Amino acid sequence: MVYLTRKCEFSAAHYYHNPEFTAEENRRIFGKCSNLNGHGHNYTLEVTVKGEIDPRTGFVIDLKKLKDILNAEVMDAMDHRHLNKEVPEFARAIPTTENIAIAIWQRLEGKLNVAKLHRVRLYEMHDLYVDYYGE
Amino acid sequence: MKAYLTRRYWFSSSHRLHTEEFDAERNREIYGKCNNPHGHGHNYALEVTVSGEVDARTGMVCNLVDLDGCVRSEVLERFDHQNLNCMKEFEGVVPTTESLAEVIFKIMKRSFHSAHLERVRLEETVNNSFEYAEAESFRP
Repeated sequence: MVYLTRKCEFSAAHYYHNPEFTAEENRRIFGKCSNLNGHGHNYTLEVTVKGEIDPRTGFVIDLKKLKDILNAEVMDAMDHRHLNKEVPEFARAIPTTENIAIAIWQRLEGKLNVAKLHRVRLYEMHDLYVDYYGE
Repeated sequence: MKAYLTRRYWFSSSHRLHTEEFDAERNREIYGKCNNPHGHGHNYALEVTVSGEVDARTGMVCNLVDLDGCVRSEVLERFDHQNLNCMKEFEGVVPTTESLAEVIFKIMKRSFHSAHLERVRLEETVNNSFEYAEAESFRP
């Protein structure tokens, strides 16, 4: 079994707001992230897949295909977008780093037919990242 | 849905690797320049990983303000700009980065209760890093 990780970066805007909370609760729980005008980050995404090496190609997965999937499912959908307003998963769910990692997992999982998705690691900043293993 | 959240922090401390178990020559042999009698220091990078179900109302495993506050008061304020050998946490314990990772894990385990503590990882330099986790919960 070999694990392969591909990295990409995207930039997006978001804010944290739960309409079920009062304005004061939103401010208290989400702090400066609750500013409804939004703010943004440069996200770094690491997608790790695992599988046996195909003896004919030496690949766990064709990197070009993985890149195409990442471009279609993540970059086209999220890069230079407002996550709350333009990504359907966040019409209701709050686009925290946790929820973005889960949304990316769900977008990718069904698209990989050779290797198996192992981990989605999403950096919001250099000092903060979330790992999701599909559990 | 369960997610793992990792946050990175920095602090600077000094230490000397030396044990009374061995004579001076053996200490020099084992610890090399880390045995210099006057000690030396590092900028440590600390990673704390916690896990839990993502709260459907907040989208969070835990509130980062709580994690930052706990790490600041329990770890950073305790160890930053200190000599580790002079601290009660290292009485009778050589303050290697392995031991420091274990000490920090145990401090966090008893102080932080907003999510499950998974792992403490310490970078002593860009070339060396050490991880401490409870065996049954560790996930690489």
